[in-house]
Amino acid sequence: MTTSLENLETRQIDPTKPLLEVDRLVMHYKIKAGEVSAIEDVSFTVHQGEAVGLVGESGCGKTSVALSLLRLLPSNAEYISGEIRFNGEDLLYLSPEEMRQHRWKDIAMVFQGAMNSWNPVYRVGDQIRETLDTHYRGAMSYDQQREHMERLFSSVGLTPEMLDRYPHEFSGGMRQRAVIAMALACSPELIIADEPTTALDVIVQDQILKELKRIQAELGMSIIYISHDIAVIAEVTDSLGVMYAGKLVEYGPTSTIFARPRHPYAYLLLRSTPSISGPRRELAPLEGEPPNLLSPPTGCRFHPRCPFATDKCVTDEPPLEEIGGGHRVACWHHEQVPELEEALHR
Amino acid sequence: MIPPPIAADDEHAPIGQTDPEGVSTRELTGGADLATVPMWRIRLRLLRRSLGMMWGLFRGNRMGMLGLGLIATFAAMAIAHPILMATVWEPRVYDPVHGYDAVITEYTVVEGEPSDPATEISLNQARLEMNPTIDVGETIFIPTQPAPPTLTGETPHFLGTDARGRDILSQLLFSTQAAFFLGAVAALTTVFIATTVGAIAAYFGGWIDGGLMRFADLILLMPLLPVLIVLSAVLDMSMLLLGLIIGVLSGFGGVAIVLKSQALSITVKSYIDAARVAGGGHWHVIFRHIIPNVLPLSFLFMMFGVTEAIAIESTLSFFGLLNVDMTWGIMINSAQNNGYLLSGTSYWWLLFPAGLAVTFICFGFFLVGRGMDEVVNPRLRSR
Amino acid sequence: MTATLPPPRTGEPLVEIRDLEMHFPISKGLFRAPTDFVHAVDGISLDIAPGESVGLVGESGCGKSSTGRMLVKLMEPTGGSIIFRDGDYQRDVAKVKGSEIKDFRARVQMIFQDPYESMNPRRTIFDTISEPMAVQGVGSVAEREERVLELLQLVGLTPAESFLFRYPHELSGGQRQRVAVARALVMNPTFVVADEPTSMLDVSIRISIMELMTKLGQDLGVSYLYITHDLAVARYMCDRIAVMYLGKIVEIGPTEEILANPKHPYTRALLSAVPVPDPSLKRPPVEIKGGISAAINPPPECRFIQRCPFAAQVCQENPHPPLEQQGDRHFVACYRVDEIDSVTEAAS
Repeated sequence: MTTSLENLETRQIDPTKPLLEVDRLVMHYKIKAGEVSAIEDVSFTVHQGEAVGLVGESGCGKTSVALSLLRLLPSNAEYISGEIRFNGEDLLYLSPEEMRQHRWKDIAMVFQGAMNSWNPVYRVGDQIRETLDTHYRGAMSYDQQREHMERLFSSVGLTPEMLDRYPHEFSGGMRQRAVIAMALACSPELIIADEPTTALDVIVQDQILKELKRIQAELGMSIIYISHDIAVIAEVTDSLGVMYAGKLVEYGPTSTIFARPRHPYAYLLLRSTPSISGPRRELAPLEGEPPNLLSPPTGCRFHPRCPFATDKCVTDEPPLEEIGGGHRVACWHHEQVPELEEALHR
Repeated sequence: MIPPPIAADDEHAPIGQTDPEGVSTRELTGGADLATVPMWRIRLRLLRRSLGMMWGLFRGNRMGMLGLGLIATFAAMAIAHPILMATVWEPRVYDPVHGYDAVITEYTVVEGEPSDPATEISLNQARLEMNPTIDVGETIFIPTQPAPPTLTGETPHFLGTDARGRDILSQLLFSTQAAFFLGAVAALTTVFIATTVGAIAAYFGGWIDGGLMRFADLILLMPLLPVLIVLSAVLDMSMLLLGLIIGVLSGFGGVAIVLKSQALSITVKSYIDAARVAGGGHWHVIFRHIIPNVLPLSFLFMMFGVTEAIAIESTLSFFGLLNVDMTWGIMINSAQNNGYLLSGTSYWWLLFPAGLAVTFICFGFFLVGRGMDEVVNPRLRSR
Repeated sequence: MTATLPPPRTGEPLVEIRDLEMHFPISKGLFRAPTDFVHAVDGISLDIAPGESVGLVGESGCGKSSTGRMLVKLMEPTGGSIIFRDGDYQRDVAKVKGSEIKDFRARVQMIFQDPYESMNPRRTIFDTISEPMAVQGVGSVAEREERVLELLQLVGLTPAESFLFRYPHELSGGQRQRVAVARALVMNPTFVVADEPTSMLDVSIRISIMELMTKLGQDLGVSYLYITHDLAVARYMCDRIAVMYLGKIVEIGPTEEILANPKHPYTRALLSAVPVPDPSLKRPPVEIKGGISAAINPPPECRFIQRCPFAAQVCQENPHPPLEQQGDRHFVACYRVDEIDSVTEAAS
């Protein structure tokens, strides 16, 4: 927890040391119709300097997990059990005031669609200054703030003059860079990037992703990438977790998961992503729709759509088990998954 | 046809997918084979279902239900009047305009000031009011008008009589009809005009939009009440005419501007493009797509339109500018004409019933409008 | 109403676009004629054969959506022509007016991008799909019911009867897009413009929609113009790809050829920027400069000159290059194609 100014200095990082530990998190939304089981027993660890990805489709809970890390969920979100430990401290038990100390200074977020959330009637620089005023009340003079913001802007590839411009004078990619600059304003140890490039053109996306990678390396920051775009996750993350219907179904090093996906959903997801490189393979269709989390399926939540589903899958929920090299899968039949490849060719 | 509520935008929220069940076609056809059921019957059932859904939403809103209760009370009042006149109330006495009931009180003429005003009267006053030749000691009979409420007797007046001997309660109930009539005419005219103007302006854009909106600005510039006062001096203002004029002025004015911006937000949606690609011409798009999606908001403004119309009518009647027999405004006007306006609580029955009636009916419609807000705008619904 | 069509004629293109232009005026004053124009589509030419699926690929602002809208007459071009040939029917789309419009709309249809906004939330699925029929006065109510049921079956929304009177908000995104496909096909069109139909859907659902469109296209003899920014999707849906930049087509050719052998610098930058779902593969560096794209009153030389890493004297001195054949049905608009080829060959 830092209260002093660390103007974008690089940190000494120890990649074995865990920065953030999500431990068996369970969260439900309470709505009129009942309880929505949005996060069910999710556990993963982000180490210092690591880039972790959370992949899944809409409704899988990845954004809920992200917002939980900053305790930004609406009031009808109830944490049933589990812990979120940041540098050892459980964030779920902090008072609002204590949590505010962590927000932005230790963990910051690039929200989904943030690039369109700039207030059009204020200059971009003033909006970033508002962040600094909130977190460093009185501790920074106007000139110090200006200097800090200029350094922030150049670190994301924007010229300092743009601080005095209005959002409509920025292009989409520039707005997103400004959002990243705002997230970096208080030198956090961890940044959560929720669909950071989804609305951007592919060339701009490439630039932003490279920028994020560079910033991460230079500042010794950890990043959690949240995306439905598997290709993006493949490029920028060291480890990744696949989420489905509120559960983490597979987790491990990125290269391992892409080479040997062992959960049927993860496998089918990877194989339903068209790619411009490599042979033009047949794509694997995924039948059905994600389940309604008000009354999720019993046992394994993927069983209604799974080609391997057996009776056991309907009654018993598979735990997330380690199958070697940091690779964890939650499936009773994970050994059979390689058969899917042959089945597809038939 | 009242369309179903605006569907909530499906954000990719972590709440799970939309319920795919909905109503089964089986229910709609009543179990029969689809081919045998005519389309209008299916549409009727769909309509009933969506109305039921809207009612369900409205029912949960306390403000709306309170407003509905108030309006229902007034509706009951309006219905009660002809029933009472046909059964219990003798027209000669209780007719709101022509009835007459004199409450005669006996007074003894005394010299100087009367010590008991209820039974004695001074000589001067007696000579002034009744008989110039009367003398001290004699009794005279003076009708008391307006008379305070009486609950008993042959002809009870629960709210008293006015300065011309007419029953206040009867007047109150009778005026309710006029209020509803005026409110309906004004509100329906407003909504009809404003919705059409708004949709046309939004759809065509360009100078049509510009022209209609500048015209609306012009109308907004005019202060409504003074204009109506002037008009009523020139025209023979009946309730119908007043309702139409209010409706036209409101319809082309502020309400049109608001509904146009709503229509504009619909015009840019891709289902409008889809309708055009399907072959829909201008009028198909305007009347089948834009207007049905603007109507919920229009209904909302209809509620507020009613309150405005009733309030205006009260004011105009108060000034005696309307050619109507009996409304709440006329009741207050009559009180003022006879000098009882500033009488405070002495002659409260001449003022308060009418005033409160106007207030509460407006309040009722306003609350219903607020209650409808939740039905119209799904974002306001609690989850 | 069965779906039989005359077999596609060889040789004659179904859609012939010639020098199509869409210049939007930016008005400066209330009474002065506008002097500034946005050249959204700046003279493109393209042929689409019967039964073919052509992809129009590019980033935002390149003019692909505007082109699509002009093809279905949602927008009128400011220049050029679109000749549409369907059996004996031949028209310039821009000149179709009045009573002919309905006939045209039966032959050319569109699938929209947003499954949530492209359907009137107050109308049932039956109303939405049968709208083209209703508007054009085709068939009795019973016949329309039958046709809609047939289409629901065709797009995989079964049991069809249960979907008939549902409302859009009761369906998921993927189901809605199937309805959109059904609506596009209800009048048996020969040509469908698909404007990013899968970009707002979940990844796992995209495939089923893409497969549906491909299958129905083959079964019913429908040609597609598939507009997308996603090259990976274009690869799976399209026989040929046209790459657009700032209102111009800079490269066009068979899909696999373009992907394997991109010749225009923009196409190469675009391809190298697409992330690949394979962590072991390293992408080549994206060769493009961060210049300004002048869409308003663009100067006459090559549109890509500000951002092109290979821009040279010849590019400054000449107008925007025309499309020239560089391979089997492969056309490129660049003066320096040969030099770029040799440079990259030397580098590898």
